[in-house]
Amino acid sequence: MHECKYNPGFMRDTLIPQVGIITDIRTETPDVKTFRVNAPGGGKLFEHMPGQCAMVCVPGVSEAMFSITSSPTNKEYQEFSIKRCGVLTDYLHSMQVGDEILVRGPYGNNFPVDTELKGKNLLFIAGGIGLAPLRSVINYCLDHREDYGTIDILYGSRSADDLVQRKEIEEVWMNTPGVNVYLTIDRPQEGWDGHVGFVPAYLKEIGFDTNKVALLCGPPIMIKFCLQGLMELGFSREQVYTTLELRMKCGVGKCGRCNIGTKYVCKDGPVFRFDQVDELPNEY
Amino acid sequence: MLKINRNDLPSLFAAIRQESDLYLPVKTAGKTNFAAWDETAQVDLDTLKTVKSPKDAFFPQSENLYSCHQEGGKTQIVPETLREEPFVLFGVRGCDVRGIQVLDKVFLSNPVDSYYAARREQGTVVSFACHAPETSCFCKVFGIDCADPEGDVVTWLVGEELYWQPKTEKGEALTAKVRHLLSEADEAVVAAEQTAIRGIVEKLPYSNLSLEGWGGEAAKTRFDSPVWEQLYKPCLACGTCTFVCPTCQCYDIKDYDTGSGVQRFRCWDSCMYSDFTMMAHGNNRTSQMQRFRQRFLHKLAYFPANNDGMFSCVGCGRCVDKCPSHLNILKVIKAFAKEGV
Repeated sequence: MHECKYNPGFMRDTLIPQVGIITDIRTETPDVKTFRVNAPGGGKLFEHMPGQCAMVCVPGVSEAMFSITSSPTNKEYQEFSIKRCGVLTDYLHSMQVGDEILVRGPYGNNFPVDTELKGKNLLFIAGGIGLAPLRSVINYCLDHREDYGTIDILYGSRSADDLVQRKEIEEVWMNTPGVNVYLTIDRPQEGWDGHVGFVPAYLKEIGFDTNKVALLCGPPIMIKFCLQGLMELGFSREQVYTTLELRMKCGVGKCGRCNIGTKYVCKDGPVFRFDQVDELPNEY
Repeated sequence: MLKINRNDLPSLFAAIRQESDLYLPVKTAGKTNFAAWDETAQVDLDTLKTVKSPKDAFFPQSENLYSCHQEGGKTQIVPETLREEPFVLFGVRGCDVRGIQVLDKVFLSNPVDSYYAARREQGTVVSFACHAPETSCFCKVFGIDCADPEGDVVTWLVGEELYWQPKTEKGEALTAKVRHLLSEADEAVVAAEQTAIRGIVEKLPYSNLSLEGWGGEAAKTRFDSPVWEQLYKPCLACGTCTFVCPTCQCYDIKDYDTGSGVQRFRCWDSCMYSDFTMMAHGNNRTSQMQRFRQRFLHKLAYFPANNDGMFSCVGCGRCVDKCPSHLNILKVIKAFAKEGV
């Protein structure tokens, strides 16, 4: 294949996908599965940075943007943790290992792991499927452990059955020096002896010091109250990062759907610092 | 400056058509739109504005991006071939030329849209000064001079003569191919025509509308204005304004099942539609007021903020003429001028 003459550096137009093979499917929760994707000849489809996204397509069904949940330090494959909640995700959940999907990307910016986050103490706060984009950053930081200070991970979900990546959390994250993991579920449940309560309440209960950068992903209501909680603990909005999610079709800032104020979430985001979010019109 | 008699235009068009495709304003069933020229085409250079802008020449209403099919159990992706044949777009008004420049900012910015870029590279734009601008025209507001439009070649129709002036390399190349049909002309005739046109423009009701308060800053200062709530109510969400607009470029990407595979295509879409931003988990613009505000703030605030002050309205007035409930960008600009917020 020759280089696309209109797009120096690209092999072809960014709207043209590649074929990817589903090489593993893990059932994380009743409605979340993690799909491992490889290029047909093995290896990864492309390189990405933590926080970046890709368009996943099933021809004839639909195409949508998903965060890449695996870390770039994983040299063998890429993973997407996908919650079943629409036409495309329903179909994806019915697919089998060996099936083909179409993938294009990576799109968007990334968490500033090599700049603003470097050398800092990090606090990850996630709710439900919101762990998917943060997992990429967490594993990146664990693989470059010496570049970061303490790592605190606060993760909550509706029930113990709805915690994604539980095996990795318990076997890897909880056993890495300098990493503290705090898990919580919304309501008491038989067999769960951990913390019970909403993430924002648990956040205030733990009361982290402000010598940290916080990365916050989850449902809008959780983000709202966690941000409030962080402000009460003395964090500034410049210390907190999140990701935005809007409808996308092109992924390159041209189709207009994810336009909000002067930004295109697919191209200028999905990662924003809260002082940057404050600059946007209240329409996300 | 060159010229050709109006009666000889069919031979000019035939000469251009020998070398490449030619698209120009053609009247069909009482409506004038850009269409491919052939000997039978009813060319219409008298109607000021085509119903739709000529943006489809570079950004078609619908176009295939790629197709995919199964071959031996494997998915094969076949990208659509990019335009390789040259074409000429003749008779483009000054406002619509600016429309193309606005689309360039979108599609030629990194990463370049190859489909659009290929058409831009192959296309030669012959612009056409407006002999008689109409009351719904307000291109002057956006600094466009319809008496001296931009383009690869600029033309003026004065009396029975079409005056022709190449402006770019592409324009020179096209001129060389048809030079035998053109004769030397007096520039003073065009200068007098330009003065006459500018005289008309000056008298048009909206030519000197002020854009004070618009531009990048309006993204913040005018988002929460009560004016949106007062203005949007007649909007039917039909999307006509976006389809006739020379600069609206929002698009959808969809699949067409061919029976033996899937054709992935993109087509014009409209930010005025309720499902435009709808996701599996919700919609960030649930009211028509929000969608209405998005369209106008995009043209008058967000786009200029990202493009050195260039507005993404060209004052062609098509939305003024076509909106079924008489809502348009002029009303928005005037309402804010009155309220001052």
